[in-house]
Amino acid sequence: MGKQRGIEILVGLFMAVGFVALFFLAMQVSNLSAAVNSDGYRLTARFANVGSLKARSPVSMAGVRVGRVEAVSFDKDTYEAVVTMRIDAATDTIPDDTFANIFTAGLLGEQYIALEPGGSMKYLRDGDEIAHTQSALILEQMIGQFLFSKAGGD
Amino acid sequence: MILEGLARLGRSGLGSLERIGRAHLLLAGMVLGIGEILRRPGLLIAQLFNIGVLSMLIIGVSGLFVGMVLGLQGYYVLAQFGAAESLGVMVAASLVRELGPVVTALLVAGRAGSALTAEIGLMKATEQLSGLEMMAVDPVRRILTPRFFGGVLAMPLLAAMFSAVGVLGGYFVGVGLLGVDSGSFWSQMQSKVDFHEDIVNGVIKSVVFGVVVTWIALFQGHDSVPTSEGVSRATTRSVVHAALAVLGLDFVLTALMFGE
Repeated sequence: MGKQRGIEILVGLFMAVGFVALFFLAMQVSNLSAAVNSDGYRLTARFANVGSLKARSPVSMAGVRVGRVEAVSFDKDTYEAVVTMRIDAATDTIPDDTFANIFTAGLLGEQYIALEPGGSMKYLRDGDEIAHTQSALILEQMIGQFLFSKAGGD
Repeated sequence: MILEGLARLGRSGLGSLERIGRAHLLLAGMVLGIGEILRRPGLLIAQLFNIGVLSMLIIGVSGLFVGMVLGLQGYYVLAQFGAAESLGVMVAASLVRELGPVVTALLVAGRAGSALTAEIGLMKATEQLSGLEMMAVDPVRRILTPRFFGGVLAMPLLAAMFSAVGVLGGYFVGVGLLGVDSGSFWSQMQSKVDFHEDIVNGVIKSVVFGVVVTWIALFQGHDSVPTSEGVSRATTRSVVHAALAVLGLDFVLTALMFGE
């Protein structure tokens, strides 16, 4: 009886350690703790080019993350990219003349949307569209323009 | 002469088909015997002890060292691109997606799978399985089913331990020895490792490996030639086949899960 009980305790310990390890992976290693919460509101923005912006990319204001990109789709009539963002409910004072830029974090980093607030007293609400946008900078285009202006300057 | 060769080819083809059929019948028998472990949970607990608890030490030590090596190697490569802060992502993603499930399955095949094959093979060679049958006890349900479910349950838990200990090993080397910033190690990891994409898929992988490794081990034991030589051959085959099946299946599962 004593031996059987010892085995049961060890197996219980084994299973507990296994579940603790799974819990550790879920909460500490993965993004489950910072999962996209479904509250908050949606904004859309149209860009001529989104570069490598993807769903789940951060949306930030003044360098602080205030939301995430929910979806990136293509409008076949205007040939523009439509980005749907989910903004945290706490950030409900985004002016309607806000400027949306696509920037890159670091030289090789991921792309994110930076919102620059305008001066309007009217705020964007769920489903609104950000009118002023600036596309992602494509490295090849910039190099091309640089070479072109160099050649023109001579 | 030609007919003789053809007949030999046909015989070996039919023989392998028969083996595949017997293996699947055994799997079906073990899965259908699940009622036996619900009636006698003690049988399952004893096997969880044999397969799970006794494998914890080797899994923990291997996970720690694999994580530490990943931290070291990853740092030297990433530092060349000025991206040493991404070390956490690299260590966690490679452990959770690939190394955790695969290395755990290989270690379990070597440590517990070979033991299962030898145990079942010896039981067959010493006619203990026939003895059970004589007493109207189904040996598949009584002996094989608890071992099968023990392996299937233990594998994902062991893989989770491996990955968790490995991430900590990578943390000790990366943050403790090489001076990567602790905050960016964890925050980059958390922003890039996805719960459903990475963790859940890793667990699904290890459940599949658990089924395959224990199934192969039990089938090889159950199907072995009941002599000492036959048991030793079956043990070798069990480890080799399990390792090949795990590596091959890993490619298929990865292509299905992470390919877009």
